[in-house]
Amino acid sequence: MSNTKKITIKAFRFNAETDYLPYYKNYEMEVGKDELVLDLLNRIKWEHDGSFSYRRSCRHGICGACGIKVNGKPVLSCKQNAMELIELFGDELTFEPQSKKRAIKDMIIDKGDFWEKHATIKPFVEGNIDEHPVHETKMSKDEVENILDADYCIQCGNCHYACPALEVNEQYFGPAAFVAAYRFTVDPRDNAGKERLEMTSQIGPGVWDCVKCFECAEACPKDINPIEKITKLHNLQFEQNVAQRNVATKHAEGFVRSIKKHGFLDEADIVKYSEGNIGVLKHLGDAIAMMKAGKIHITDQIPFVDNMPKSKNLDEIKKLIKISQTNKL
Amino acid sequence: MSQLRYALYTGCTAKESTPELLSSTLAAAKKLDIELTILEEASCCGASHLQDFDPFLSHVLNARNICYAEKLGLTMVTLCNTCQINLAMTKEKLDHDADYRAKVNEKLAEVGLEYQGSVEIKHFLYALIDDFGLENIKSKVKVPLSNFNIAPFYGCHNIRPSELHHKSNGGENPYNPTSLDRLIDALEGHPVNYSSKNKCCGFHVDLQAPHTSNALTGTALLDAIDNNADVVVTPCPLCHLNMDIKQRGAGKQAGRDISIPVLHMPQMVALALGCTYEEIGLKYHVSNAKKVFAQATK
Repeated sequence: MSNTKKITIKAFRFNAETDYLPYYKNYEMEVGKDELVLDLLNRIKWEHDGSFSYRRSCRHGICGACGIKVNGKPVLSCKQNAMELIELFGDELTFEPQSKKRAIKDMIIDKGDFWEKHATIKPFVEGNIDEHPVHETKMSKDEVENILDADYCIQCGNCHYACPALEVNEQYFGPAAFVAAYRFTVDPRDNAGKERLEMTSQIGPGVWDCVKCFECAEACPKDINPIEKITKLHNLQFEQNVAQRNVATKHAEGFVRSIKKHGFLDEADIVKYSEGNIGVLKHLGDAIAMMKAGKIHITDQIPFVDNMPKSKNLDEIKKLIKISQTNKL
Repeated sequence: MSQLRYALYTGCTAKESTPELLSSTLAAAKKLDIELTILEEASCCGASHLQDFDPFLSHVLNARNICYAEKLGLTMVTLCNTCQINLAMTKEKLDHDADYRAKVNEKLAEVGLEYQGSVEIKHFLYALIDDFGLENIKSKVKVPLSNFNIAPFYGCHNIRPSELHHKSNGGENPYNPTSLDRLIDALEGHPVNYSSKNKCCGFHVDLQAPHTSNALTGTALLDAIDNNADVVVTPCPLCHLNMDIKQRGAGKQAGRDISIPVLHMPQMVALALGCTYEEIGLKYHVSNAKKVFAQATK
């Protein structure tokens, strides 16, 4: 079997200084089994078109400069084998910048929004640290393990620009900023944890706008799993009494209320409970449409009329909630 | 082939706002001679929200759910991507962290249960494809879906995070999933290729971020429509709720009319296997789905 494969690369081309619109240009090449995406970017520039632009620096998966998307999959060019992508997507690969709307020139984007959000959550230890220490600050094994792998982030932006919540909500912090927020909040030397938890608990920019798609976990070239840290930030808000009573926190807590009563989730009740008696009115249109289709029933929310299905052995569920519940709103 | 038997974890929506999901699943299983035992003891999985509030409680309740499938000694099948991920994440945690499992089992012992980690958990989609087999399904088709261009919408929680699904839940590549496309093909429909098929529908932020939710649902539906889809099909009832009910709101936000029937994966299978209109439950849709039955049999 041949160790090379002939492919077509469809590359996104755009120069913000001269072009009104981006366009795609095809480059054909024979790809070897050990070549990386970065090698292919170099070959476009060196063998086809010297004006082709992309960021590159360390070539060792640590500087975080060379993130792009291939057929929609975020990759770190210097780490990603090209043949693996050919096996996955076939012999036509589309090279695009991490964010098309932030493109400056070809693969190069304006990453300003990423850095601004990252800086806002204070990605450093803030505390009263002795400037002339006589010994190092000691951390226990548990304290170190609690940081998880959050320290390995190289700020490549792959998760940030893979996040669909951020794509449609520009004020959202995004997964990379949350990883940094978690990493420094659980650092025992740091004093700004509460401030970070307050910032990341706001509806709009904060963790409650996470759509739970796991795109960030898939996109990370360092296998950091940002959504795990987003969940930890949710948990810390309740543990440290930072969580405000709002539609999102009541929704999360409301599951306990429903499960205790029925075993199942009372779908209509949780909307009413989370939104409150006035807020719930904005769902009236959808509720009427659902009623017409027989999805919900007019009697569902009348007190003392209980249409809800119940889990068998509901007593077990009630008891387990009583003895296992750890957090309160 | 010996008869396939599973413990069915219905989830909440199949018992409440999407009764068509349960009836079509049971009808399709009957046609294929698959035995499904409903886990009536099961509780809500927490829908990816309970663990934000109280992760330990979420693990305890889901461990209890799995215990009942273990008692039957049957592989657990789910009908909802989010149930699937919550149960599978609980299993992953308990199977790889002995200390934590002991803490959970300490609570379960109070109600006479013990989590053992003895059963697999998979979505009904992968029970059909990987256990029953596409060739076998193809041989049972009574109503070929050849009148339809069908847009598969995979739903996040069956395909990401990929490692979680490798062992027993399809093992798809999240950037190029194929199971639903292959199933549509086996039912003689025409799968629609469109870039939103593996994207998020936004359901989980419906309450706190309706703009985000409408934007994601609207983008996906319009992408399907612009690629000539007649029908969208999804294995996840939460994606279904968003895509079926929110067409008006999402369309208003996008500035375009959105009107397309959205089917649950088991409804599509039931339709092709010749199940009845009532079993498929098309009257329970907000989107205009009733016409699909007549169009299929035309």
